[in-house]
Amino acid sequence: MNKVAEKKNKQSILDRFVGLLLQVKESLAPETEPVLAGIWSDEGSFLSAVKELKQKGYKKMSAITPCPVHGLEELLEIKRSWIPWVTFVFGSAGCLFGLWFTWWTSAVDWPLIVGGKPFWSLPAFIPVIFECTILLGALSSVAALFYACKIPSVDPPVLDKDLTSHKFALYFSLKDKKLSTEELEKELLAVGAEKIIQSDF
Amino acid sequence: MNEVKHKSNSRASESLERPPLVTGKKTFKNITDDICSLTEKLPGWGYFSALFSVKSLFLFYIVIMGSIVAVGMGLMGVNHPVGWGTDIITFVFWIGIGHAGTLISAILFLFRQKWRTSIARTAEAMTVFAVMTAGIFPLLHTGRPWLAYWLLPYPNQRGPLWVNFRSPLVWDVFAVSTYATVSIVFWYIGMVPDMATLRDRSKGIRRHIYGILSMGWRGTARNWSHYEMTYMLLAALSTPLVLSVHSIVSFDFATASLPGWHTTIFPPYFVAGAIFSGFGMVVTLMCLVRLFVPRFKDYVTLNHMEAMNKIIMLTGMMVGYAYASEFFIAWYSGSDFEQYVFLNRAAGPYWWSYWIMVSCNVFIPQVFWFKKVRRNIIVMFIVSIFVNIGMWFERYVIVVTSLHRDFLPANWGMFDLTFFDFGALIGSFGMFLTLFLLYIRTLPAISVAEVKTVAHEGH
Repeated sequence: MNKVAEKKNKQSILDRFVGLLLQVKESLAPETEPVLAGIWSDEGSFLSAVKELKQKGYKKMSAITPCPVHGLEELLEIKRSWIPWVTFVFGSAGCLFGLWFTWWTSAVDWPLIVGGKPFWSLPAFIPVIFECTILLGALSSVAALFYACKIPSVDPPVLDKDLTSHKFALYFSLKDKKLSTEELEKELLAVGAEKIIQSDF
Repeated sequence: MNEVKHKSNSRASESLERPPLVTGKKTFKNITDDICSLTEKLPGWGYFSALFSVKSLFLFYIVIMGSIVAVGMGLMGVNHPVGWGTDIITFVFWIGIGHAGTLISAILFLFRQKWRTSIARTAEAMTVFAVMTAGIFPLLHTGRPWLAYWLLPYPNQRGPLWVNFRSPLVWDVFAVSTYATVSIVFWYIGMVPDMATLRDRSKGIRRHIYGILSMGWRGTARNWSHYEMTYMLLAALSTPLVLSVHSIVSFDFATASLPGWHTTIFPPYFVAGAIFSGFGMVVTLMCLVRLFVPRFKDYVTLNHMEAMNKIIMLTGMMVGYAYASEFFIAWYSGSDFEQYVFLNRAAGPYWWSYWIMVSCNVFIPQVFWFKKVRRNIIVMFIVSIFVNIGMWFERYVIVVTSLHRDFLPANWGMFDLTFFDFGALIGSFGMFLTLFLLYIRTLPAISVAEVKTVAHEGH
């Protein structure tokens, strides 16, 4: 037992800090899967390629783009985001919390007469209740965004460095064993992909 | 005949074509390069000398604040009967400036005003820095800023004795801290994809830093779908928030039964004034950005500046209307005290401050009726400076002239700015500008991803 304690003492603070950082890094490691991707450097030809592949019956496609692309959501059959529900639920919770908190502190826990006003002065409490609603609604939406996009994550794989600048990628997960890699590669080239990348993403 | 018709048609379509939002026929790669390269090259001597001067001013500000905290509020001009002085005036001034960013990024976003994209990032940054600068003043004004946590409702050993939720000062704590939090989050979430762009362009330590700041953004279509939804939600939440904040700041005055403060038009009047001063500051900063970063002229075009000048003129007339209606109500109310306060404002010992306010806020922006003036950078820069001066004086007029003549003549007094008042006022610009200069060379000053979506659209 003593030996263990000694060992712990010997470990410098820096080591512990680095250890902690590595632990955080590990817990925030991104999920990856093998993918096959085609790269385009023009928005128009990228969109028409997606359309063509969709007509050919490919369904499980995903895309990486440098900015939101108009019309891509419909083509990739991405459902409307569920985040507004989170905003609504937590915004309402913030409102109820504000309502309860101002009532409980002013009228229940220690009622004090201030300026001859009633203990439960609802109109005067509205600004605070409103701010609670907005604060919780906004922060919960952002938390939901983090959850939905799986961020923060450390060192996410990058298929091509230009995908955050001016290139567009369409990729297929290779976990789906129905798809043959060679066939997909041919299809992607046929619809105009400039480059094919097979990698983990 | 047919040919003539054809010609006139094509001319009509030419004139109907809207001027592009981004000039210079930029490709996506151009946009990325133009905006990111600002953070990638070492700035020249001009930048460093500017940074050095504003940083010195910031250090001077810290010394001033330190003296006020260490010695006490006696160093400032506040006394009986003017108990609210430079601290409150300058707090309201900076909070007002901090409204344009959210207005541009949230309200104009909801109204689908696409010209906002080029200026939204910098206006949001300005908002965040202005709110940070503003937040210090009420703490300084408390005289004992180390006890500022008493403003928050937390379980304590005195009962617990809770804060008084009926007080507008407590509303202010909630409003300003919520506003600061939400605008920082809004600003940051907007920057996450751009941080990923910077990460993918850089190497070494910069790659690590931008990698951390980008939070591992991947930019998949699914990510963008959630991202756009969140952005819209934040805009929808910020819109009532930004209106509430300055309304609540105006309640600090309006709920007091003091002639000159006790008016129902204060909330819309303050909000219009905040938008007015905020746009004034955005125009000031954007003129400088256009001057020192010439390639941004393709993104922040004269059309953008003109649109902002129109808003300045409109909101300037709104505050002008508020000034006039205050006088009307004072006369119409039949209250001697109310009438006296307003006559005293315009013709009393502080007449000069009142007329500086009216000239800067109402008269000078009228030059924007002329298109040539609206599109002249030098004129708009000068006007925007006057707007900022005028809006500081507006708060000076509201605070000082309403307080300096109490109900009993025995309680009358004057308010004079001391060296420390001036120091706090001027020094706060050092803090604001230091933050702004650091921001402009380290973070993407224009939203890279968002500008791409409007690169080929018209105004």
